[in-house]
Amino acid sequence: MISNSINRKIFTLLKVQYSNMLEYRVEIALWAISGIIPFFMLNIWTNNNLNESINISDVMLSRYFLCAFFVRQFSVVWVVFSFEEDSLMGKVSPYLIQPLNPFFRYLAQHIAEQITRFPFALIIAVFFFIFNPESMWIPNLKILLLSIISTFFSFIIQFLIQSIVACLCFWTEKASSIERLLFIPTLFLSGLLAPVASFPEYVKSWIYLTPFPYLIDLPANLLSGNTTNFRGGIGIQILWILILFPVFRKIWSAGTKKFTAMGS
Amino acid sequence: MVKNVIEVRNLSKSFDITSKEPGLKGTIKHFFRRKTKSSKVIKDISFEIKEGEIVGFLGANGAGKTTILKMLCGLIYPSEGSILVAGNLPFRRKENFLKNITLIMGQKQQLIWDLPPIESFYLNASIYDIDKLEAKRRIKKLSDMLEIDNEIFIPVRKLSLGQRMKSELLAALIHEPNILFLDEPTLGLDVNAQRNLRKFLQKYNKETNATICLTSHYMKDITSLCKRVICVHKGSISYDGKLDILLKRLSPVKEISIVCHSKKDAIKLGKSGFSVKNQTNNEITIIIENNLFTSSLKAILNKFDIKDLYINEPPIDEIIGKILIKKKYDI
Repeated sequence: MISNSINRKIFTLLKVQYSNMLEYRVEIALWAISGIIPFFMLNIWTNNNLNESINISDVMLSRYFLCAFFVRQFSVVWVVFSFEEDSLMGKVSPYLIQPLNPFFRYLAQHIAEQITRFPFALIIAVFFFIFNPESMWIPNLKILLLSIISTFFSFIIQFLIQSIVACLCFWTEKASSIERLLFIPTLFLSGLLAPVASFPEYVKSWIYLTPFPYLIDLPANLLSGNTTNFRGGIGIQILWILILFPVFRKIWSAGTKKFTAMGS
Repeated sequence: MVKNVIEVRNLSKSFDITSKEPGLKGTIKHFFRRKTKSSKVIKDISFEIKEGEIVGFLGANGAGKTTILKMLCGLIYPSEGSILVAGNLPFRRKENFLKNITLIMGQKQQLIWDLPPIESFYLNASIYDIDKLEAKRRIKKLSDMLEIDNEIFIPVRKLSLGQRMKSELLAALIHEPNILFLDEPTLGLDVNAQRNLRKFLQKYNKETNATICLTSHYMKDITSLCKRVICVHKGSISYDGKLDILLKRLSPVKEISIVCHSKKDAIKLGKSGFSVKNQTNNEITIIIENNLFTSSLKAILNKFDIKDLYINEPPIDEIIGKILIKKKYDI
């Protein structure tokens, strides 16, 4: 009964947010195009034969960066910016007195945006294969499903991290500045600029203790067919979700007590 | 006996406020060492509100009216004291409590900007666990009451302020709450829209026996909706009681402008024991205490042959203005 009610709420939220996102389809197409940073990185790697140092073929590398692009497209999160703006403009207040945590709204907004983004990402992939026909491959169903699950977990981890940072809006008006600090390790350590396998051993020794390599590197390696310990990787993703969720709950509960409802 | 829906005891709220000196020096000092002081914006207030009552909160800007409403609906946490709203501690924001209340803030919107209001209505309906058929029925009923029709299918960004406010109300009332917190609901609306909104709120209160707590700077909202007012002055309650008693207390006299047939008649009338405010030619303005008004008027009409007569009530805004600056009213 309760889960039915939650399902209905989430389904309606998704439906409404999807309609809303379709209003911004041009903007979303541009966002999708703006996420082509992995293709630039691929160009740098192949032109300088850097892949030889990590024993990965040109084909596998190009597949990796295409998958990194896809994973990024479906795990990008901006909740801290939305929440900060809503908080400053006084829009959070009406959400707070509704029987649904406002973060469900943002979650639905993100998922709806991903659904809208999907066809544009697919078109970009088609162009990629036209220019790199040797990289064309079709992953098997099991790998595809595992990659989707891993990408979704990556999205949830990033959503939780940013939601925790967003809750700092209850104490400071500019929580997004803290997020900007997190953007640097996310960019460098997640595997967006280079596969984590290419990092020096001493970096690899501690990087796996952080959530970053599980954001892009794990799902991208999984999808592209590179050797990876997917069981361990997905297990650690779940572990991070289990760690971050109670932290979010705690900070949310403490933050709402500090809420001053400014701007409203 | 009508039960209390809202019970507030010794409620206080403090905020930490930072201040900054002007100029570059002040900015640098502010950067390294912020001056923060605790400011008590609500000071030990207590009151009760009964089921079905419409209560107006009056006060100058920054008096603390909105802060009280925000605490009553559970949006902000009280520093001291207790609040019970429909038997709930508002800040706990239990689902049952949230389904029983609504907060409407003028100019602040919850409708999705790029979509027609109908989408937000159905979204709210699902958030409040209202099934689609029932939601449809309520949307129809409320849109009839609010006199909005096709507007609910037009993107919010293309609606006028009045249409948007009506849609906001509909979105906020779709779960048929029993307690309404309205913070300046008519802000920015034109006179007709204001009147329609007031009519709607009266109707809603009559049909559902909902309790309404209202703040407004438009005195017409207060005088036409609220029998009872709570005046807030710098965080304390300066008056809590019937509005008409307060108005009588603050405006104990009426002015009568009398046009006589001649200047001589006007002078004669002026010398007959009334308090004269002014006299020009054949026109004279006298001031009469409210309790002597009928007998005095009768005496004037019997004794003097007058051409015309006007009764001037002091403007309501002027009277309310007096309320806002006074610390305490003992009536």
